[in-house]
Amino acid sequence: MNEDANEADQITGANILINSLVAEGVEFIFGYPGGAVLHIYDALFQQNKLQHILVRHEQGATHAADGYARATGKAGVALVTSGPGATNAITGIATAYMDSIPMVVITGQVASKLIGNDAFQEVDSIGISRPCVKHNFLVKDVKELATTVKKAFYIATTGRPGPVIIDIPKDITAHKAVFEYPEKIQMRSYKPILNGHTGQIRRAAELILSAKRPVIYTGGGVVLGNASKELIEFTRLLGFPITQTLMGLGSYPANDPLFIGMLGMHGAYETNTAMHQADVLIAIGARFDDRVTGDLEQFCPKAKIIHIDIDPASISKTVTVDIPIVGTVNRVLTALIKIIKETDKKPDANALAAWWKQIKTWKQETNSLVYNRNSDKIKPQFVIETLSELTKGEIFVTSDVGQHQMFVAQFYKFLQPRRWINSGGLGTMGFGLPAAMGVQLAHPDDTVVCVTGEASIQMCIQELSTCKQYDLPIKIINLNNGYMGMVRQWQEMFYDNRYSHSYVDSLPDFMKLAESYGHVGMKIDKPSDVEAALKEALAIKDKLVFMDIIIDDKENVYPMVAAGKSHNEMVLRPEGELA
Amino acid sequence: MRHTISLLLENESGALSRVSGLFSARGYNIESLTVAATEDPTVSRMTLVTRGSDNIIEQITKQLNKLVDVIKLIDLTEGLHIERELLLVKINVPTSNQREEIKRLVDIFRGKIIDVSNNYTVELTGTPHKLDAFIKALENMKIQEVVRSGILGIGRGDKNLHL
Ligand SMILES: Cc1ncc(C[n+]2csc(CCOP(=O)(O)OP(=O)(O)O)c2C)c(N)n1
Repeated sequence: MNEDANEADQITGANILINSLVAEGVEFIFGYPGGAVLHIYDALFQQNKLQHILVRHEQGATHAADGYARATGKAGVALVTSGPGATNAITGIATAYMDSIPMVVITGQVASKLIGNDAFQEVDSIGISRPCVKHNFLVKDVKELATTVKKAFYIATTGRPGPVIIDIPKDITAHKAVFEYPEKIQMRSYKPILNGHTGQIRRAAELILSAKRPVIYTGGGVVLGNASKELIEFTRLLGFPITQTLMGLGSYPANDPLFIGMLGMHGAYETNTAMHQADVLIAIGARFDDRVTGDLEQFCPKAKIIHIDIDPASISKTVTVDIPIVGTVNRVLTALIKIIKETDKKPDANALAAWWKQIKTWKQETNSLVYNRNSDKIKPQFVIETLSELTKGEIFVTSDVGQHQMFVAQFYKFLQPRRWINSGGLGTMGFGLPAAMGVQLAHPDDTVVCVTGEASIQMCIQELSTCKQYDLPIKIINLNNGYMGMVRQWQEMFYDNRYSHSYVDSLPDFMKLAESYGHVGMKIDKPSDVEAALKEALAIKDKLVFMDIIIDDKENVYPMVAAGKSHNEMVLRPEGELA
Repeated sequence: MRHTISLLLENESGALSRVSGLFSARGYNIESLTVAATEDPTVSRMTLVTRGSDNIIEQITKQLNKLVDVIKLIDLTEGLHIERELLLVKINVPTSNQREEIKRLVDIFRGKIIDVSNNYTVELTGTPHKLDAFIKALENMKIQEVVRSGILGIGRGDKNLHL
């Protein structure tokens, strides 16, 4: 092709980028401008296909893109400038990486000829981000830009999803080329495995049907793989108890009788005990995180383990399994369902009945999620339970990190996948509010609630301004205990009540703060006001409401498996707390 | 156990740092790493020598395979294979006795003297063990510099690693 001949057909790198994003079906781009991305911002100004959401901090951009991705299954997109823009974005990128969230982050870079010179606002974005991205690209020629964008979306959204960075030097966004967006992309070095090994699936089916004390344990992979339907069919076909990780909640309805709650550090007693006593464990799209397994030596000591996962590297990483199956969760479950339906063998009904009886006995004996309902202080559990009853699983809930996050996981009954949005792997305080912005933009007619704590919310509180600018009517439930509650709890339990720097002094008046941004502020400090206040806030459809709820400052999350302990060493709520 | 892993990867600027970054981030050790472009300039071939239990080696190969730039890999240790390393060593040889001694040793080890200045430079290829043995045999000499290439590996017979 003669390059001069079709100069008229050539457009700038900035426009190529935007056309490529449009070709990928991107609706929103969360960003913050700066020198290295000015050409891109100029191109954004002159188009109307993409909506740019101006955040107040680049961490907010990445969390918002992440929240959008979790709520929709599509890749979230963020755009930040070089240097400090890129470093501010890293927390959000690492958050997405740990939870395998598809995201494409465009970072501006200094001009090609300046790279390596310690130029103004230069950092090695590729180097800094390498350990927390699925992949990253430095664009060296404008002619490669469109293909690079295509590859980035392909990598981010297929296989085990994850964030991908495209680092674009400023001069590349000014250089011109003909825009041609590839329809399809093939990469010889990247070919995710989709179908499980049929022999392994057959062996798994045999083991499943021979189980006497089975447990199905599922994680975020079922949500990410859109396999909720298959999971429900599989579980109901067998009648087995099913537990889910923090990241898996919602992909099986919490009000279903087969659901035995969340497992792990703050899982219910009967759930963790069932894990400990199980003879067959069916792990689906879960990764045996240390918050789930506790002491690895003692994890499911009696069980033969089947593990279905898209990522071969997840299999036998920490827990050695008996039957590994690599493939997408929905394909493998579909194959298993078919075999189980076709075979004459049925699950052992007597054994299963005895197993269910045992699990229910454990539940009744311990009542491990109990809390004091007669307190004159507001209990955080009560707030979440009331929210759950009022909204019936029909809202989206984001959270930050701490006790409040665990209370949502324990007490909100999620009925659908992609409704529970939290940072499980990295545990990033500051995630909740910006993530809620992404969710609200994706689902403008739905109710989006951000459950947070007074410490977490202050990590990205500046985004209240973004919420005002774009009229995002998020409902913020600030479970205000004046402490970094989760830290205080550990200090109470493991450091003899030495509350070292976990008290959050000099808090703002959150109600006034919210009002100063133009939002509605509410302050609630009596248990009897909780329900009415929640109803009132939920009824306000067009405004952000910040509910500052003053809760019992010493409430703890129970039950608990202390870090490194095993599932059969649970600590229950002390009796004295219930009086 | 010691494992020798051969990889084909995209010949991209970041590919080597992805591999070495993986090893440091996950706490795996690298005993030796060599890399160069192949007959196809878009592909590099790397030979990596590492040590670990079966579980760790399994994780290492899975994590390497997961890197987007890695096209293919084999663990050479699983079958018959050949390993070679190149050694360059510069030795002080002030006396004719020492010069004779060096020539004898170089003969025995089938090396070559490739430079004669006020010292000798010897080139030797072989298994890492053979190179170790040669250096040990130089015990009484004054070695000025030792350079080793790191290990290259290739499967025997039809056991190939290609695209
Ligand atoms: C960015 C970041 N810094 C520190 C921590 C450690 N950390 C975990 S929970 C927590 C306390 C959170 O307090 P708050 O938001 O008030 O929630 P609560 O536990 O009181 O519900 C802290 C500091 C973290 N998870 N993230």
